Amino acid sequence: MASGVRPRVKAPKSAAAGDVVTLKTLISHPMESGQRKDSNGNTIPRSIINRFTCEFNGTTIIDVTMEPAISTNPYFEFEATIPEAGDLQFTWYDDDGSVYEETKSVAMA
Amino acid sequence: MDFTRRETMAITAGAVALTVLPFRANAAVDDAINAFTGGADVADGGVDLDAPEIAENGNTVPVTVSAEGATAIMVLAAGNPTPGVATFKFGNLAGSQYASTRIRLAGTQDVIAVAQMADGSFARTSKEVKVTIGGCGG
Repeated sequence: MASGVRPRVKAPKSAAAGDVVTLKTLISHPMESGQRKDSNGNTIPRSIINRFTCEFNGTTIIDVTMEPAISTNPYFEFEATIPEAGDLQFTWYDDDGSVYEETKSVAMA
Repeated sequence: MDFTRRETMAITAGAVALTVLPFRANAAVDDAINAFTGGADVADGGVDLDAPEIAENGNTVPVTVSAEGATAIMVLAAGNPTPGVATFKFGNLAGSQYASTRIRLAGTQDVIAVAQMADGSFARTSKEVKVTIGGCGG
């Protein structure tokens, strides 16, 4: 279990119907690649977030499959269409089975 | 300059390793692309891949991919120990087929983006990124 995992999301608080908005997400996570060795020469086991999804009221915006080549503290920026008022659900899936979630509400402007 | 038999063998082995290694790396990339496309033809162009020409730190290289009309974009780093980087699948509410993230690059190499278009065709593009300090630890 990676400790101190904290998701951060930047999303607009309100939008007009049909607006395309930019979403930025950052989650603190070491993303251990499984390639590095510790000071004794032992390989440090892989521990990464392997999947990230973003949904709006249950409809998928983006679904990212991540490999060890994603940097520490994975950052994603992408665009979404907001058809109505509702909630943006961000979900990160860790190798160890943990799921990190964040929700942002978007109101109609 | 005289070589002993032992030295000659060592040099030959080194030369063979040098010529064989790139082929192995390319095979891994081809396998990854085939797994993504299912063996379909891949056209050049049609995908925008934005990455710095020179990245000082291979641990966080900002990369942006976009492809109009794509349903999925796969990003590969040809020179990494494992070429896979990420696969972006765009859903119904995606505002555009655009995504930006930060990746690790082990050294100077080609970054490849392969997009699956809505009509089932595939497009690819690649860009060389020079890396000053590699990002895979040691």
